[in-house]
Amino acid sequence: MPGAIHAEGLVKHFGDVRALDGVDLDVPEGSVLGLLGPNGAGKTTAVRVLTTLLRPDSGRAEVAGIDVLKHPNEVRRSIGLSGQFAAVDEYLTGRENLQMVGQLYQLSARDAKARAGVLLERFNLADAADRTAKTYSGGMRRRLDLAAALVVEPPVMFMDEPTTGLDPRNRQQLWDVIQELVKGGTTLLLTTQYLEEADHLAHDICVIDHGRVIARGTSDQLKAQTGGERVEVVVHQRDDIFAASEVLGALGQGEVTVADHTRKLTVPVSGGARLLADVIRDLDDRGIAIDDIGLRRPTLDDVFISLTGHAAETENGNGKASEDGDGKAAEDAEKETAK
Amino acid sequence: MTASTAPARPTPAGPPALGGVGQSARDSLVVAKRNLLRMSRIPEVVIFGLIQPIMFVVLFSYVFGGSMNVGGSTNSEVYREFLMAGIFAQTVTFATAGAGAGIAEDMHKGLIDRFRSLPMARGAVLTGRTLADLVQTALTLVVLAVVAALVGWRFHEGLPKALAAFGLLLLLGYAFTWVGALIGLSVRTPEAATSGGLVWLFPVTFVSNAFVDSSNMTSWLRHIADWNPFSATVQACRELFGNPGVVQSDAWPMQHPVLASLIYSVIIIALFRTLAVRKYRNSAG
Repeated sequence: MPGAIHAEGLVKHFGDVRALDGVDLDVPEGSVLGLLGPNGAGKTTAVRVLTTLLRPDSGRAEVAGIDVLKHPNEVRRSIGLSGQFAAVDEYLTGRENLQMVGQLYQLSARDAKARAGVLLERFNLADAADRTAKTYSGGMRRRLDLAAALVVEPPVMFMDEPTTGLDPRNRQQLWDVIQELVKGGTTLLLTTQYLEEADHLAHDICVIDHGRVIARGTSDQLKAQTGGERVEVVVHQRDDIFAASEVLGALGQGEVTVADHTRKLTVPVSGGARLLADVIRDLDDRGIAIDDIGLRRPTLDDVFISLTGHAAETENGNGKASEDGDGKAAEDAEKETAK
Repeated sequence: MTASTAPARPTPAGPPALGGVGQSARDSLVVAKRNLLRMSRIPEVVIFGLIQPIMFVVLFSYVFGGSMNVGGSTNSEVYREFLMAGIFAQTVTFATAGAGAGIAEDMHKGLIDRFRSLPMARGAVLTGRTLADLVQTALTLVVLAVVAALVGWRFHEGLPKALAAFGLLLLLGYAFTWVGALIGLSVRTPEAATSGGLVWLFPVTFVSNAFVDSSNMTSWLRHIADWNPFSATVQACRELFGNPGVVQSDAWPMQHPVLASLIYSVIIIALFRTLAVRKYRNSAG
């Protein structure tokens, strides 16, 4: 049975850039898919195709069982879209914004008004309901934007980086709202650059880079796929980084990752606690002082870096970031993998 | 297990009777209301929109008034009566820039994406915007007519003809907002839409009979002025107001200005509305 969101072989070019390069997705009804990737990876393009804003060059997609390309207007009745930039009219009040969206979802004026009232209460905006959105804080605007996407309680929701730029408190609030939604049975496709967010909210995760899905599975599956444990060492002096990386390279099972700034070295290992003792002994033999050492289970960060870091190496800086914004996160993902 | 296409919850059924034209009109009005609310919250824009034509009235009538030759008369009072139809027509065309900037701003801020993801009539975002601009233009014309009366402008052919002239002016203004809509959808920033929306209006409004008697122009320029859609409306207004300076010319639009003005405006609306709606549907934002 195909999921509430189902896409096969989506391809979209912008000039020479392959924003989508054969993406398949399947989100079972009532579940959350986290689409994870750096800026310019193709996340936003995928959302735009699935929400009928953009026609793919090839491929097909169904949302809520309806063909996106053949019946876009029917799809629009069944989806809610909450974007990266809070798309509300800042010169209208919160209430007016929600009423307008309700009416454009073809609710009657009375129903739209009633829905606006309910949503303003639910999103904790009742006190600010009759102020223009211009006076709202970033978190309030984002909540209003999300409320606008929920006016008709669509069965399928798309959220494009819903918490980008929010402070931790507002992010937590938004997460609570999203979890409540999913509990109510909504199918959700969520894009994010934050692994923590995907880990926290998503049942399944697709890692996407350069328009391709490069890994998929649950958070645990992805972590397992990356391998088992790793040893992390923080050396006391920057000068010791090279020597320490030699030690770790000899004892570890793969490449040593160095974060220069924090003097932290990481290497995948097998052998657990026994090996940790070896590492400490060898470091000590060479007179390398350490601030911290530990055996770590892989985090989703490790998954992400090992996957996208590799991809970024083979095809670097070819203007791929033009579509999703400023490419900042792409650099963030790459900078930790100094070799 | 239920049928594979059943959605999790029933989709919110819109009023099924409202398809096609009914839905289109309703959605357009919802968007028009939104734009009018916006305008009421940013009164500066409306006020500057009023100051500009009033300034033109004063500058043209007092600075140029004494040196203009209209139909053989150099009397500045004759020029003032002559001038008003031109200023009215120029004022309504300047609504173009506002429409373009507003639409470009909506694109820029992601609002157009929101609208395009909603199950609404496809032309409604643009139609709503142009209708709101029409209301603003009408308001501007009322104020401007009062100012014009204060500096000595009168209509001499009765109220029905004067109202017909204002109707033609509003139609011209409405036609030009669709040009603005297309410009707004085609540029990257609201600033570009403002300047792009204004720059082409200067040749259109000046190579015409609006501010000078075009029969004094050199022959090639005069032909352009005679066939300029903008001139047709100005000529029609002068006839309907009974103001001086009706151009004597063999060109068809100058001989049948009311009909020509109607035809031109309808053609502009049909053409630019089609182009703008197509652009809106395909806009990648």
